[in-house]
Amino acid sequence: MEKNVLIIGGGPAGLEAASILQKSGYSVTLIEKTDHLGGHLAVWDRLFPKGQSAEELLYRLVDNLGPVNCLLNTDIQSINVLDRSFSVILSNGNILLADAVLLACGFDLFKAEKKEEYGYGIYDNVITNADLERYFQEGDGGRIINPKKIGFVHCVGSRDEKVGNLSCSKVCCATAVKQACEMKQRFPESEVFCFYMDLRMFGRYYEDMYLEAQKKYGIRFIRGRVSEVSEKGDKTLLVKAEDTLSSKPIMVSLDLLVLMAGIRPSASGRRVGDMLHLMNEEDGFFSTKDSIYSQQKSDIPGLFFAGAGTGPKTIPETLNDARSSALEIDRYLKSNFPKKK
Amino acid sequence: MMDFGFTINKSSRIDLDRFDKAGFDKLAKIEPDVRKCIACGSCTASCSAGQFHRTSVRSAILSIQNAKENEAVELLKGCMLCGKCQMTCPRGINIRHLILSILKFYGTK
Amino acid sequence: MIYEGKQKIWSDYQKDIPDDHYFYVRSCIRQAFFPASEAAFLDITRNKLGRDVFETEHHTTCGGIAYHCDVIPQETSMTIIARQFALMHKYGYENFVCSCVTSFGLYCETLETWREFPELKEKIAENLLKSCNLEFAVPKVLIHSSDLIYKFRSRIAGQAKYKLVDKNTGRPLRVVEHIGCHYSKMFPSKGVGGAEYPYVLIGMIDAWGGEIIDYPERRHCCGFGFRQYFIQSNRGYSLANSNKKFESMEPYEPDMIITNCPGCSYFLDRWQYVIADTQKKTYGKNGHGIPVFTYEEVAGLVMGYDPWDLGLQTHMVGPEPVLEKIGIDYSPDAKYKGVGGKDIGCPECPACLK
Repeated sequence: MEKNVLIIGGGPAGLEAASILQKSGYSVTLIEKTDHLGGHLAVWDRLFPKGQSAEELLYRLVDNLGPVNCLLNTDIQSINVLDRSFSVILSNGNILLADAVLLACGFDLFKAEKKEEYGYGIYDNVITNADLERYFQEGDGGRIINPKKIGFVHCVGSRDEKVGNLSCSKVCCATAVKQACEMKQRFPESEVFCFYMDLRMFGRYYEDMYLEAQKKYGIRFIRGRVSEVSEKGDKTLLVKAEDTLSSKPIMVSLDLLVLMAGIRPSASGRRVGDMLHLMNEEDGFFSTKDSIYSQQKSDIPGLFFAGAGTGPKTIPETLNDARSSALEIDRYLKSNFPKKK
Repeated sequence: MMDFGFTINKSSRIDLDRFDKAGFDKLAKIEPDVRKCIACGSCTASCSAGQFHRTSVRSAILSIQNAKENEAVELLKGCMLCGKCQMTCPRGINIRHLILSILKFYGTK
Repeated sequence: MIYEGKQKIWSDYQKDIPDDHYFYVRSCIRQAFFPASEAAFLDITRNKLGRDVFETEHHTTCGGIAYHCDVIPQETSMTIIARQFALMHKYGYENFVCSCVTSFGLYCETLETWREFPELKEKIAENLLKSCNLEFAVPKVLIHSSDLIYKFRSRIAGQAKYKLVDKNTGRPLRVVEHIGCHYSKMFPSKGVGGAEYPYVLIGMIDAWGGEIIDYPERRHCCGFGFRQYFIQSNRGYSLANSNKKFESMEPYEPDMIITNCPGCSYFLDRWQYVIADTQKKTYGKNGHGIPVFTYEEVAGLVMGYDPWDLGLQTHMVGPEPVLEKIGIDYSPDAKYKGVGGKDIGCPECPACLK
């Protein structure tokens, strides 16, 4: 009889692993707690570095699924580790016995309201990176009306002791530069400022994206963290930062401020992890079997990770991770349950 | 009027609302690579004049962007056009041309 | 402005303020420059609201001015504070209320330091025993007097004769509220409403009918801070800070400013005169300035106390515009007459600021 695999989480990692495992001959059940597949990919517009369409990628991933059994609006009610399998009760009451489980719960975005000084949720013209992507997706939004001066704040909720997150969220710098260019494309007459502490342009063509942002779009990069945002009478924002390169405080009036909310471990992922007594590292993400050699394995045999649950990742890295996990699951199932001749 | 012995201190804050965008765009038309500077500091580090008198292209570009054009001209006055900065610039900016353009554009004011 | 966002933050930073039985300590500056404020506070809480607010003539300064000017070391100020606590303990109280915001900051800082370094607390206990033969106990509750007025704001509104409303137009008065830096910037959790959007004065103004102004430099320090302005040549720095605030609030045309820190009221009031004299600029209408009040004075005004009993004649920016707007019954002739009609002397009125 086919071995069955339970995949928890219908984002890019879960989808890619599901389609590979299904094609390798396993019976795959994928559960997703929201009403749609794709996770954050579904509410994103374009991907860096070349502005590839998120929607097209999502279609491709979902298309590959084939006969995988997808259960939307379904979450885990309880999960127990048995001798060589997992006993799972789903939120719809179904009971499942899985031979292997893949935890692909992804990430949550940092709640930008927690940075009170930026006034997210208080001032009308302060939005997050996710809000901006949704604006691009929908094509037109009530809140963004011909902004003449736009600012991007890097590292919101990341590298910040005050909110309890010392780690870098990795992908927000590239996202900020991408979004800054996209805003200039949409509003060519506008002035765009990026307030950064360090610019992490680590991937292929990220540096080219940065160069294009400066040369083609004239985006001004100010090295200094935004410390205070206030609202003036006409709802424009007064933003204060320091220009560390000239060692002077700086002030600018902006029509729109975009906060790059960082990547935090998924709360629902942690919930499932707690049920399984999985360890977290100090940064809040799952602890893997070996941080260099076995990032897809957990300490529980048969339980695997894929995607941002083990740390911030770009989409290509997530897909690679999912494929590795699929391979690990395949090896595990073949060695644990050798086919009887 | 009473002499209080003190007056209101001046603010040292940079007000980016006073940035002369039109002027900077005109400069960028003459030397488009002025936008490429990543403020790495190689130019300032290798500057011959900089050994004796504060000369820095990085700072000059920053001063222009911070609406302090006079400072920029001051920073470039000592330049000997030796070209050492151009040899090290990782973004390949033609710095000698940039210096001459800045001085020409802002220096006459 | 999405008001709900602010309300959510305010609900995150609520403070547990007990109802009764307080040990009160006074403020050096507030006693000297706004003498009636503390008297009004005691009168309102004791007589109008019937609370037990005790003060003893044996209490002293907290040593904050000296400490912040680097004249005494931290240990000395901690011993002084320990003595205050010992007096509180001696008279059988657990709730400590102080009048000055700098004191409040210093008390919080001291308690936090003692919590993190218990051996220091032991040492201070020893110091106190040796010098004054007293033993102290840490107060159960430490609040600032504006917290107490904040807690009773609805009760005061209930007993109030006036509201912060312009009686001629029916429009609520536009009020700028200014919180002292040491109230919540050091320990946001100890201030009602936190550090970014403090609620303690907003709550009072709301309850008494006024309209809050939120202007860009709301969080900015008034420039007090002791160390920099004690030397005359440095005062330009302090003045520049208050000036920045005035320039920022000017477009909103505020009717009055309320602060909870004695230093802030002092500065925001006095600096308007300096700016008027040197820059020839005033921020109110028709050559008036923007009247600055402490919250006790405002509480007193809405409850119907006579403005001159509240000590408003000592203000450099005349409060008359606000008194007229609220419709408070006052006698302009009695302004410089003390108890029993005695003439307390009229100051030379500056020509530049009415």
